[in-house]
Amino acid sequence: MKPSEGMTLIVKTVTRISVWLIILYGIYIILHGHLSPGGGFAGGVIIALALLNVLLAYGRGFITRWLNIGFLHDLESSSAAIFLAIGILGMAVGGGFLANFISHGKLFNLLSSGTIPLLNIVIGLKVCTGLFVVVWTLAIFHLSDKGEKQ
Amino acid sequence: MVIYILCFALLLVGIYGILTKRDLIKIILSLGIMGYAVNLMFILFAYKRGAGYAILVKDKAVTAMVDPLPQALILTSIVIELGITAMLVALAIRLFEKYKTFDITKIRRLSG
Amino acid sequence: MILPFLIIIPLLAAFLITLISGGRDSWAIVFSILAVISLLALSVFSFLSTGSQTFIYEMSGWKIPLTICLVQDALSTFMLVIVNLIALTSLMFSVSYIRQYSAPWKYYALFMLLVAGMNGVIATGDIFNLFVFMEIALFSAYALVAFGGKAEEYEASFKYAVMGSVSSTLILLGIGILYSATSTLTMAKIAEILPTLDVKLTYWVGAIFLAGFGLKAAIIPFHAWLPDAHSSAPAPISAMLSGVFIKSLGVYVLIRLFFNVFGGVAVFNEVFLVIGAISMIIGVFLALGQWDIKRLLAYHSISQIGYIIIGIGLATNLGILGGVFHLFNHAIFKALLFYNAGVLEMTTGTRDLRQMGGLAKKLPTTSFTSMIASLSIAGLPPFNGFFSKLIIFIAAIQAGRPVYAFLAGLGSLLTLASFMKMQRYAFYGKENKDADKTLAKVSTAMKWAMISLAVLCLLTSLMVIPGIRELTLDPVVAVIMNKTGYIAEVLGR
Repeated sequence: MKPSEGMTLIVKTVTRISVWLIILYGIYIILHGHLSPGGGFAGGVIIALALLNVLLAYGRGFITRWLNIGFLHDLESSSAAIFLAIGILGMAVGGGFLANFISHGKLFNLLSSGTIPLLNIVIGLKVCTGLFVVVWTLAIFHLSDKGEKQ
Repeated sequence: MVIYILCFALLLVGIYGILTKRDLIKIILSLGIMGYAVNLMFILFAYKRGAGYAILVKDKAVTAMVDPLPQALILTSIVIELGITAMLVALAIRLFEKYKTFDITKIRRLSG
Repeated sequence: MILPFLIIIPLLAAFLITLISGGRDSWAIVFSILAVISLLALSVFSFLSTGSQTFIYEMSGWKIPLTICLVQDALSTFMLVIVNLIALTSLMFSVSYIRQYSAPWKYYALFMLLVAGMNGVIATGDIFNLFVFMEIALFSAYALVAFGGKAEEYEASFKYAVMGSVSSTLILLGIGILYSATSTLTMAKIAEILPTLDVKLTYWVGAIFLAGFGLKAAIIPFHAWLPDAHSSAPAPISAMLSGVFIKSLGVYVLIRLFFNVFGGVAVFNEVFLVIGAISMIIGVFLALGQWDIKRLLAYHSISQIGYIIIGIGLATNLGILGGVFHLFNHAIFKALLFYNAGVLEMTTGTRDLRQMGGLAKKLPTTSFTSMIASLSIAGLPPFNGFFSKLIIFIAAIQAGRPVYAFLAGLGSLLTLASFMKMQRYAFYGKENKDADKTLAKVSTAMKWAMISLAVLCLLTSLMVIPGIRELTLDPVVAVIMNKTGYIAEVLGR
């Protein structure tokens, strides 16, 4: 059998089971950012590390077939633009830039505290895709002679 | 007081690493250590004696809380250092491709 | 209010450029030129309408001690005009200059982030927000210095990145110590609480900030990154870095912290004078022996920043007027000199002065504007450099420090000598017979960028006339010297 890319069979099997749990955990941390420690950045890093897990266990070729890197690139830029759009919306409605213009809801609910869950989700998306694209660019560097610039 | 002195000692370890190490990757790691030292000092500044963590939990009485603002500042600072480390690692890879070495005493084409 | 738009517009342009431009750069050029023109219009409008008042903008609609505030007074709007003006001319210059590199749309996105970071540093009134925007601008600067892809550029960028990170860590340490002593992050409130604390705290934190921001401003013990970084960057980025970056991240923050927050402590004024004098003299001596044209200009940047620091350190009204005026003038003529160096590099393919010669007939616009810029930086009338250096000279004598006046005059003479050497070797003199290449064309946008800056070199010398000076420069000096006014304006709303 030709030497396949990536790591051994045991690592691949465990990764196949545990990656989805890690992504679920990351989504939980993002969504509960206003109730418990964590928030957008920490959850985004966890999801990016889950994808990095797949990159390490299965190899570069598999990731290029599994994920569409161009789509991740677009997702990154558009989530940054959506963050600014939420800020400008706050300015248009009344308060300052990034004002909290949605109703604050009841304490300890999941759907409370205004724009903060939305901003958490946007930041989580941006951090996850940004970090993964950076690491993927560094990893893919040796494939061709002229890699991409950062 | 002892804690702050230990924190400062960590900062000095980082500075020692940047000044004396010859490997590019070790310089990047020493920069990371300096960043950790300053972040740790921020968190230590936020502590109040006898106070609890700064999160409101349902059905628990509100007691004294530690200062939550430095924790937010440290999150921002950690993100910034992550970006700097990523950029430095990318630069180190490019430098290896051009100069064929990680030794900083040999990467000396610009001088004067 | 105008202030948040100065940060939102370039950020939005940067993100839209990465989203929309596929592989070509036409959308990138359109977005960035639209953004920078609107920024320049906004900043000129805000400068003319501010006068000597102060406007505050609180982010997210919260009240002052709890939120980040943006301060619009005479000093910040003055710096905003400088930054956006040089950004517009850099953008005009780089439209055809960047085509020689690969992936030009990445350049425009990074450039917009650089402008956003610099605008944020100038406009903010909160010390941690200043740190965050400073880091945004520094990231883009590190990436832009390494943009060309040659080995020396990566080396210069790595050196710059490591030194910049060390100084940023020091600045963060200083911010932490200030926060633990005063428990607030708004600069005006720190200025209010600081005199009630021990004076040794002011000395320590001042020393840490001097080391940290001094490296960004490239004053002499901390200048080692500047010649490599500014000579390796592409020419419009060198103009931005030397012209506005070291001033907005270094000198402006030093002025704001040491005069508005710490209140003009006498020890630090002495330190400024000594460091400024050393920078001035050593910078010009190091520049005299250079044959690489961009390294020569980078060393002259160190020397001219020394002039500005001497003007600031004198701490009299006339001294600060001279320093701020020289800051404005230096941005204009240093950017123009870097554009000329970029044209020389693009057309002859080399940066070494010994291999050029006799280009005055082939590049008429470049040689004419280069002569104007060289006469400005050397301080000859009627150009703007003469008036600002004269004001610093007179202020030094009036403050009772003739030594610094003598050193300023000596520095001026040596600068004149160095630039006469550059003119003779690059433009006049014998033509280099070996270098028989057909020269690349200088596009119209580049010529217009250089001509507009050369015209400004002459026009800004009009700012010394008392009528115009009261409109433009005197409110700036009044803001700098008036610490209690700054506190009252920011906290009183």
